Amino acid sequence: MRPAEHTEPATEAGGDPPPRRGRQVTLAAGLLVALGLLVLVSLAGVALGARAMPLTAAFDAFLAPDGSSDHTVIRELRVPRTLLGIGVGAALGLAGALMQSLTRNPLADPGILGINEGAALGVTLALGLFGLTDPTVYVWFAFAGAAGASLVVYSLGAAGRTGGGPVRLALAGIAVGMVFTAMSSAILRIDSQTYDRMRFWLTGSLAGQTADTALRLAPFLVAGLALGLCLGRPLNMLSLGDDAGRALGVAVGRTRALTAVAVTLLCGAATAAAGPLWFIGLAVPHAVRAVVGQDQRWVLPYSAVVAPVLLLGADIVGRLIARPGEVQVGIMCAAIGAPIFILLARRRRLAAL
Amino acid sequence: MNVRLGPWSMRLAPRSLAVTALLLLIACAVAVAAISTGEFTVPVPDILAALAGEGTPVAELIVNKLRAPRVATGLLVGAAFGLSGAIFQSLTRNALGSPDFIGFTAGASTGGILAVVAGGSAAVIAGGALAGCVITAVLVYALSYRRGVQGYRLVLVGIGANALLLAANSYLLTRSNIYDAATAAAWLTGSLSGRGWDHAIPVAVALALLLPLCAYVARPLRMIEMGDDAARAMGIRVEPVRAVAIVAGVLLCGVATAAAGPVMFVALASPQLARRLTRSPGVTLASSALMGAVLLTASDLIAQRLLAPVQLPVGVVTAAIGGAYLAFLLRKDRY
Repeated sequence: MRPAEHTEPATEAGGDPPPRRGRQVTLAAGLLVALGLLVLVSLAGVALGARAMPLTAAFDAFLAPDGSSDHTVIRELRVPRTLLGIGVGAALGLAGALMQSLTRNPLADPGILGINEGAALGVTLALGLFGLTDPTVYVWFAFAGAAGASLVVYSLGAAGRTGGGPVRLALAGIAVGMVFTAMSSAILRIDSQTYDRMRFWLTGSLAGQTADTALRLAPFLVAGLALGLCLGRPLNMLSLGDDAGRALGVAVGRTRALTAVAVTLLCGAATAAAGPLWFIGLAVPHAVRAVVGQDQRWVLPYSAVVAPVLLLGADIVGRLIARPGEVQVGIMCAAIGAPIFILLARRRRLAAL
Repeated sequence: MNVRLGPWSMRLAPRSLAVTALLLLIACAVAVAAISTGEFTVPVPDILAALAGEGTPVAELIVNKLRAPRVATGLLVGAAFGLSGAIFQSLTRNALGSPDFIGFTAGASTGGILAVVAGGSAAVIAGGALAGCVITAVLVYALSYRRGVQGYRLVLVGIGANALLLAANSYLLTRSNIYDAATAAAWLTGSLSGRGWDHAIPVAVALALLLPLCAYVARPLRMIEMGDDAARAMGIRVEPVRAVAIVAGVLLCGVATAAAGPVMFVALASPQLARRLTRSPGVTLASSALMGAVLLTASDLIAQRLLAPVQLPVGVVTAAIGGAYLAFLLRKDRY
């Protein structure tokens, strides 16, 4: 790996970027390769599982469905699950990258800053206390939880004279996350049936979500992804500091607010779909920055593409190693991602923000 | 304020002293309240009589066999977690460097769950937890060693290890049957219910042995917080001090987890709360330990009474109280 190059967003504010076509082309090609990898992993996700199927069966299932159990499995389970995995992975990777850039905090992560915990509390309330099982209903609880958490964490972490240092924000996130997790566990503790039903969701799982759920959550995920990917340029300028960003013509408050909205959409929908997954949002942007450098216009799309590769890969491995059962994707993500993360943390200075 | 006594002198901050004294008072008050109240109220004079062995049989049973050991375990475990957290936060110069965040408590849990699933007795579970904690600490330290251990790298490696171990814990939970899973989950959120003297005494012994070590490294640790080179220039042998502190911190964390399960957030929150109350520039060991003791015993009291007859695990309450209080302090923070 080459050392992270520092592109200078300041030079791009006025006029054309300096001639660095070669690097731009390399990065674009890399993104295409990553996309190709994502397609491959998705196809593998449809084909592999408790029962392996040829890819032709997958196409037949949609083009010429014959009502066989194979086709039903593919149409009702494998394809929605894979699509959900792509959406959730992209959401978490992008949310992590957005948060790390916005807070200039290498430890920012939907889990560490308490946002997934907020969303999880919302879902726990909806499912455990009110018995609402419709995803289109409880996703709003997740949004409310995520928005509430980010509002509280941000106002705690950014208040005061210095406008919030990185450790202060992380502390605020952990403190708020602690309270939310405690409330969720207290709710689950009251009723052991709910605990039994929700313990799989609580460790993070893509299983058990129907095509219907995936479809209903898709608009939220797509909206969040589209909004998030547009924020690369203003975030680049904000990375120089609020004053420099303002001088470059960035609407600081609006950029912050839009980023917060994107993060809320992404984390809320992802948590409602797959449980409070963490670590992907922390590790993937770190790894991406180590390769592509600091330019957010590349970091954001790369994170959004690489994260679902990790998530789907983890999901497939989890399905294969424990046939006919499976290991939850949250467990597999940490099992696969954590050693890589440790290696990165050990072998080189993690690309600083 | 400097206190001189012959050749020795000590710097004492009045505010730290006041906070420490106040925390000590609160700890005593909470302990008395926990022993005295409940379904069967024992008046305060009767507690002393029961402890001295001169009370009524009922009072003696309730005080000596049920409530006192539980309170003692809470005080000791809380102090051990607070102290361990203070040591590691000081070593890593980072609030996130506390043992519950860098995988040590998770490692202890893994050891404990393995023992639960294997159907071990309480002693085996405790041993598994201690072993898990020590092994994790050694691995995290070894993995972050690269021409010395740098605080931030240790935190990152620790977070990775934490994720891995939490995954292992969830895997073990979902693989096991619902009864084992429920037992392990109750232990995992941390609980003080049913703790007897045989839980309290190992922690007391460990604290008695390790407290002098902690007192010995407390001052050099403050120096090392300013940077290794600065500390060396002040005549401090950095590596031995750090090694002693790490051993003490790991053992305290392991013993405490073995006794009460991985009560999350006490180690993280206590030093931060203590530091903000004392307005000290760095981490303070004594007030952190006392803060841990107060936090844990008060939380246990609330966990027993709040939703009675449903008993909440104390870890849930420490998280709620510690988190809310920390958020409250952060609100008007000046750092």
